[in-house]
Amino acid sequence: MSLTRPGLWAAALLLALSLGTLAAVAWRAEWAGGLGAADWAAIRFTLTQALVSAALSVGLAVPVARALARRAFPGRAVLVTLLGAPFILPVVVAVMGLLAVFGRRGLVSDALATFGLPPIDIYGFEGVVLAHVFFNLPLATRMLLQGWLAIPSERFRLAESLGAPVGRLLEWPMVRATAPGAFLVIFLICLSSFAVALILGGGPRATTVELAIYQAVRFDFDLGRAALLALVQFGLCALVAAVAFRVALPDGLGGGLDRVVRRRDGVPLLDAAWIGAAALFLLVPLGAVVLAGVAGLVDLPGSIWAASLRSLGVALVATALAMTLALVLALRPGAGVSLAGVLPLAASPLVVGTGLFVLLYPFVSPGRVALAVTALVNAMMAVPFAVRILAPAVAQAEATYGRLADGLGLAGWQRLRLLLLPRLRRPLGFAAGLAAALSMGDLGVITLFAGSDKATLPLEMYRLMGSYRSDAAAGAGLLLFGLSLGLFWLFDRGGRIGADT
Amino acid sequence: MLTLEGLLIEQGDFRLAADLTVGPGVVALMGPSGAGKSTLLAAIGGFIDVTGRVLVRGEDVTALPPARRPVATLFQDNNLFPHLSIAQNVGLGISPRRLRAGDRARVDDVLARVGLEGLGARKPGALSGGQQSRAALARALVQDRPVVLLDEPFSALGPGLKAEMLDLARDVLAADGRLMLMVTHDPADAERVAGEVLLVLDGEVTGPHDRAALLADPPPALRAYLGPA
Repeated sequence: MSLTRPGLWAAALLLALSLGTLAAVAWRAEWAGGLGAADWAAIRFTLTQALVSAALSVGLAVPVARALARRAFPGRAVLVTLLGAPFILPVVVAVMGLLAVFGRRGLVSDALATFGLPPIDIYGFEGVVLAHVFFNLPLATRMLLQGWLAIPSERFRLAESLGAPVGRLLEWPMVRATAPGAFLVIFLICLSSFAVALILGGGPRATTVELAIYQAVRFDFDLGRAALLALVQFGLCALVAAVAFRVALPDGLGGGLDRVVRRRDGVPLLDAAWIGAAALFLLVPLGAVVLAGVAGLVDLPGSIWAASLRSLGVALVATALAMTLALVLALRPGAGVSLAGVLPLAASPLVVGTGLFVLLYPFVSPGRVALAVTALVNAMMAVPFAVRILAPAVAQAEATYGRLADGLGLAGWQRLRLLLLPRLRRPLGFAAGLAAALSMGDLGVITLFAGSDKATLPLEMYRLMGSYRSDAAAGAGLLLFGLSLGLFWLFDRGGRIGADT
Repeated sequence: MLTLEGLLIEQGDFRLAADLTVGPGVVALMGPSGAGKSTLLAAIGGFIDVTGRVLVRGEDVTALPPARRPVATLFQDNNLFPHLSIAQNVGLGISPRRLRAGDRARVDDVLARVGLEGLGARKPGALSGGQQSRAALARALVQDRPVVLLDEPFSALGPGLKAEMLDLARDVLAADGRLMLMVTHDPADAERVAGEVLLVLDGEVTGPHDRAALLADPPPALRAYLGPA
């Protein structure tokens, strides 16, 4: 058995899923129609909100990351870990938490009312940007913190002993090198935002391209228009992904952020304010989810449990598939394979879903394959992250033990079993945890396919929110939150236990 | 035993040529840092491509991959997989598949010979540095290849322990008519166990030289490397 050949099959599958579905969509597109005014509005809105969201996330992350880099305080490690949490937090849960704080009947509006001021309303542009900053400010902070901690502490001491300006000499060049990559990653994430726009956006003034695709398929049943929009979406994402491919992207997932460089510059109170504000912005909505959820747990309709089981099944299948694909890709270094590994970033889930819809529609009812398609698309979306986590670990294991394994004649399956899998336990567990949590909380392609039955937990929760059963929705939100975190914890922990280093 | 015939290693600007034959016993490989001692071992082990021929007992092994060569290597570090038990690590020297009862008995026997009796179930991390070296020796021993290459596997040990391990390596590995070719920086190591010396200097491997004669009157380049006696 060769360890590199399956990588070709995985690459072919990912190419077919991203480019093949795009071709299927293009085949159905009605070129005569062209883009209407509403479509152009969606494109403008998509670009504007992504631009503002990315700029705000990175801009606000700079002072927060700087404060975290130079201040040691109790709870810092917990806070830095929590900054990684939004990545695995289901979008629909986070949005519910944000509504509980910033919505018309949320904490902020209540506080304003005591002063006789009108409530704030976050539906529309502001809400979409707010939610995107909530998700991506922590990501940007971790990326920049990585940059700060990569500056050797001796340089800070040297600058200090010379009386040189630390900011201009050391920090600004680092920010200038790191920030564009962080900006691009977040811009790309916001570009294919669907669930946030579905809940907080909508209407002619706040529809993303992804949301417009969904509406064209689901409400107007206009496959031609959906196809055209899907092409636009792919073009936008591919353009940004192509630029991002050239820029060295900072890593927001890694560990080793628990070091502090002791420094004497900066105003401690100001740093504390930044850290405190960021922590509140993150923690209060999560706290609101938990508080409201506990009360709502008794209200859960029976359908929630069936939906939970379906979601768990989808998440486990998607995880198994994603890890298999990512592992065989990581075992086969090469340009074609690494392209296949990043291509899913450009192919938005809704575009892939639309393509599969176009292909499957003549043969089976979309509702019947809803869960299978969701698992497949979820797996595909997790592959780029998993490959980024696994590939360095494979390279490390080969660099350290490759010659020993060669000398002992470990090849093929034996090499995988005796060398690679044991050395990859931790990254495999971590990547599987991410894939499972992402799939568990995904509210995307399922909305295209699902009928009234076969709903996943995020979809069921979204439906409860839509029918104003907020207590039950809050209970479902807490359940979903718990299941996503639980899956992540189980896989990540499973990779650590008994892993000899 | 081991013949290097018109051997030429080229890596970028680096060139190393060798044309010699060494017999069984313990042979030290000496020369300044960066001269190419480890590279020569990698070439004999089959880990890098060369021109010329490598012959073991008259058989041309140049085209064989590392595992099929009649050569076992003890690397400078990472000689044991940390996630496998000592017995599993040593067992890999016999076969990567599940071992038969007879092979398992052989592993136990060899572990006893290197002084690790009853420690087979432990992971490398639960052993001392010296014990880990013994386990690596045990693996090379069950591989039972006519040529054993030592790329300073004991350099991280203290002087006393290192001497002990070299004695053990000489006694168990170089016995039975094998060739043990060991890289060393330390003339005391060579004096302790080696009968002959290969010298790596200025892009060329020379020898075998008689160890006693060479160290008594080293050529100028080696003298410069060894420092004032």
